[in-house]
Amino acid sequence: MNKFLRYIGRRLALLILVLIGLSIITFTLARIVPSDPAAVYLGPRPRPEQIAEVRIKLGLDKPVYVQYAYYLRDLLHGDLGTSIRTHQPVLKSILRFLPASFELMLTAIILALIIGTLLGVTSAQKENTLIDHANRLFAVTGVSLPAFWLGLLFQLLFFRCLGILPLGGRIDIYVSLFSPIKHITGFYVIDSLITGNWVAFKSSILHLILPGITLAAYSTGIIMRMTRATMLEVNREDYIVAARAAGIPERTVVFKYALKNAMAPTLTTAGLAFASMLTATFFIETIFYWPGVGTYTVKSILLNDYPVIMAVTLVGALLYVLVNLVVDLVLVFLDPRIRL
Amino acid sequence: MLEVKELETHFFVYEGIVKTLNKIDLTIYKEETLGIVGETGCGKSVTALSILRLIPSPGKIVGGKILFEGQDLLKKEKEKMRKIRGNKISMIFQNPTSSLNPVFTVGDQLTAVIRNHQKVSKEEARKRAIEMFKQVGLPDPRRTLQKYPHELSGGMQQRVMIAAALSCEPSLLIADEPTTALDVTIQAQILNLMEGLKEKLKTSILLITHNLGIVAKICDRVAIMYAGEFVEEAPIEEIFGNPKHPYSKGLLESIPKVTQKGKLETIGGTVCDLLDPPSGCRFHARCPSSMEICQKERPGQTKIGKNHFVFCHLYNS
Repeated sequence: MNKFLRYIGRRLALLILVLIGLSIITFTLARIVPSDPAAVYLGPRPRPEQIAEVRIKLGLDKPVYVQYAYYLRDLLHGDLGTSIRTHQPVLKSILRFLPASFELMLTAIILALIIGTLLGVTSAQKENTLIDHANRLFAVTGVSLPAFWLGLLFQLLFFRCLGILPLGGRIDIYVSLFSPIKHITGFYVIDSLITGNWVAFKSSILHLILPGITLAAYSTGIIMRMTRATMLEVNREDYIVAARAAGIPERTVVFKYALKNAMAPTLTTAGLAFASMLTATFFIETIFYWPGVGTYTVKSILLNDYPVIMAVTLVGALLYVLVNLVVDLVLVFLDPRIRL
Repeated sequence: MLEVKELETHFFVYEGIVKTLNKIDLTIYKEETLGIVGETGCGKSVTALSILRLIPSPGKIVGGKILFEGQDLLKKEKEKMRKIRGNKISMIFQNPTSSLNPVFTVGDQLTAVIRNHQKVSKEEARKRAIEMFKQVGLPDPRRTLQKYPHELSGGMQQRVMIAAALSCEPSLLIADEPTTALDVTIQAQILNLMEGLKEKLKTSILLITHNLGIVAKICDRVAIMYAGEFVEEAPIEEIFGNPKHPYSKGLLESIPKVTQKGKLETIGGTVCDLLDPPSGCRFHARCPSSMEICQKERPGQTKIGKNHFVFCHLYNS
């Protein structure tokens, strides 16, 4: 156990270096962009003397490296800055929007892992049959269709044409008015489930379907391809032939003996695909009016609200590194030969 | 007990049909050890996998019968066949390191086999597993049960494989080059172990090898295989003392002897292409005593002595 903690500690130490490097890059980029944060801060038609005043207030009159030093100092105190657009502390806003994004991303990850793995396994078992070809076509489609376009297609089909799923948002507006959800975890599905609020539960599930699938599409494709490839490889291993020769039922051979061996590359890819999921969230939340960090960030980007951009970048990097750390730890439990 | 009749296994590859097994006949009697000897690629392993009906795609059994305890295995339903594997007929493989699943403990893998074929509780299966580990001479069975394959040596891994294969007391054990991947001292231990357990459990063994030394040590009878066909079948003393088929003679002459000086005898030429096998006797192109008829007709079985058969025109008077 001690070894685990030491390993985690080492990885987290590296994370700090990553974050510092990242903050320098985003900070520089935000300042290169030809846009005046002071003007954004003041809104339409500010007077020049107002701008000068705000520049001093925001510290924009200081040299860039001094500004960065101030930024780092605030960061160490847990202050991610104040949004230029909303004049609210960035951390507070992010924490408010994060549960919505987490709920969406978690749904997408679970969907991608289950569907991707199942399709990959069936494809490998039925190599080069019609089922396999269909699955591979599905995977390629998922990977190559841009998320924003897929989202629009889904809206057109399931909302406009079939009318069976909502267009966007997290929950039906009437439901939120007449049976409001009590905030416990911030996940609507879980909160409504534990409070027994069935109307809200149903509504939030329905609202999750389209954005969840859209967000999962890319990862599902990648995971499917990876699972198929590794399962084909594992199927040729001696221990699979040996398991069959010992009369182990086919289902156990495939889903236990083979899949556990094939899971490691699949999970690694899933961890890496998480990066694309973070990016896709921005588009998908905007398209589906999902009140999450993505929507919040897109609005901020459009106004070069640099404290928000930087904070979201850092949070995103943090998430990405943490997810991959978790993946690496899971791999240790999957394969006893892996040493930390 | 096991009777293979005119078994044909073909592999349907892009270039054509590879006739890996060309109507072979084979009989294994109760409680005997039969060795199948032949060069790499002659169809020994395919014979073994055919008996268990585990020929991987693109291979397929296209004809023949495999009679086991009076019933044709090729006519069995999939599920019934599965219940025979590991239970009535089990198999151990060449490379124990790759034949054990690396991500499960050896105990898990062994109890899975036991519980798969016997209706016993987890605890009983574990007791049985410990008992099996004792029988195959694994030290400290209780602790070994918790180990992963990579924590064991090659010899210990093969002992685990043997324990799993014999855990349901099968009537036939197929051993596909069980000692090839092990070093010589361990080889002897494993062979002794197999012999001992065979006596105890009254199991027949089908031993596949290219090592005639191993055959001499534990087999009762030998079948010599060449390019997907049997060329000679004889009791062990006969094959070493009175080999008949030119290929068998060649094989025996190519064993190095301590007393021998000079160049080692080899069989000229290379193994024929099974995609396009030669007509008649498949060995005729390499045979030192080839005759005209050998190119035209596949030789039939000739009886030389008790249990000694040869497939060669030389003895077809």
